[in-house]
Amino acid sequence: MNHAAARRRRVGGPPALLVVLGGLGLALFAVPVLALVARIPWSRLPELLVGDVVGDALRISLVASLAATGISALLGVPLAWLLARVEFPGRSVVRGFVTLPLVLPPVVGGAALLFALGRTGLVGGPIYRATGFILPFSIWGVIVATTFVAMPFLVITLEGALRGMDVRYEGAAATLGAGRWTVMRRVTLPMVAPSLIAGLVLTWARALGEFGATITFAGNLQGRTQTLPLAVFVALESDRDAAVALSLIMVAVSLTVLIALRERWWHTL
Amino acid sequence: MGSIKRRQVGMLIVLVMTACGVSADAEGEILVSAAASLTDAFAAVETAFEEANPGTDVVLNLGSSSTLREQILEGAPADVFAPANTSNMDQVVEAGENSGEPEIFVTNLLQIAVPAGNPAGITGLADFANEELLIGLCAEEVPCGEFGREALANAGVTPSIDTNEPDVRALLTKVEAGEVDAGIVYVTDVISTECAVEGIEIPEEENVLAKYPIAALGGAPNPDGAAAFVEFVLSDEGQTILADFGFMTP
Repeated sequence: MNHAAARRRRVGGPPALLVVLGGLGLALFAVPVLALVARIPWSRLPELLVGDVVGDALRISLVASLAATGISALLGVPLAWLLARVEFPGRSVVRGFVTLPLVLPPVVGGAALLFALGRTGLVGGPIYRATGFILPFSIWGVIVATTFVAMPFLVITLEGALRGMDVRYEGAAATLGAGRWTVMRRVTLPMVAPSLIAGLVLTWARALGEFGATITFAGNLQGRTQTLPLAVFVALESDRDAAVALSLIMVAVSLTVLIALRERWWHTL
Repeated sequence: MGSIKRRQVGMLIVLVMTACGVSADAEGEILVSAAASLTDAFAAVETAFEEANPGTDVVLNLGSSSTLREQILEGAPADVFAPANTSNMDQVVEAGENSGEPEIFVTNLLQIAVPAGNPAGITGLADFANEELLIGLCAEEVPCGEFGREALANAGVTPSIDTNEPDVRALLTKVEAGEVDAGIVYVTDVISTECAVEGIEIPEEENVLAKYPIAALGGAPNPDGAAAFVEFVLSDEGQTILADFGFMTP
């Protein structure tokens, strides 16, 4: 403790180089957003934002991104735990698979989903022939596509935290007679809670902004599969003002949620 | 027929004359923003052009015409613009971004695309009203969507749409994968899939003729290259290549 305080005193303020580089990094994020805000057609805004397209897209975006976050929690937490705690052959291959959606262009991911889960797909084909159920062109398709792209953020964040965690706490709890589930629920998850929440927030944010996999796998139909990013893209083709107005909603929704979460729970990070 | 031929020959002579003056200077990278429906044809044009003009490197920027238009209006560097409809070109001309007058270099007709074997038994545009079927169109903001809706209106059909695809190739991919039962694309798109997709004719009175204009751009980083490429596309050799892909001479 004393050591750190002493070092801080010796160093003084933050190094100039870090401030300059960090400032440049911030500018890269902030300038485009400011440019977007500068383009907002304020006088046309009410007219542009009232209408079915915006309402429908906002609703579908919220439903799909929240559902994707829920599914990611349900499937991603166990996956992260297995990757962090269980030694099994081919673990690095599995880890590679989990990271794949991060590096794959989303459009390619969407096409891959189509080949797997589409009406004539590897898995989707038999399901369609047996039940008549078609995943693409429905809200379920949007949810699957966004989950595919967004879940890795949760798995990777959480796996890192689980691996960095001191396993002796779990050992101690087990020695004291706690069952495996109890250890998981009462010791492991609370200890990695900040990372879990950060991972879920990242997952949600990525799901909200998802475009490529969604349009490729789920298609684009207002009121059924058209999310905000899809509406922005289509609007950009005809009415730039409408596209900017829609982007404004996306920026507003995501900034509100991210800042609110950061204030409340995320400050520990 | 005879007069058209004569006009073409006349145009050819003019082209050959001007081409000699310009293409001697053509070198370096030439950035061509072209409609998605020109993907395969322009790839072949690129090869032939580069062969005829050593030292040039044509870079194709393919996408929906309206996306390309936006890029140009926002100041993205491009030498040549070749959209799939005249209205996108008109907006570029209005903004004063063109250097030469746009010229129509090919035309194209619409066709119904169905997956190989036509599993849903589509026979014509009337089937697009069937809610049981999965129907894809291009989004109405892009040319193929605009023309497709025009054709459906001509046929008096209100379509039951399941997806509005961002460009014609995206729609074609979904038809080819069998994920939609039918879509409206260009004749040339069906040809390009080499039988992976089947085409069903749309009768002449319902069909819409798409006209493709081309122009060199005012802000072209490579104006000589731009002029040479436009001339090549309009030349006999360029037209022959485009005809191989199913495009029609205007």
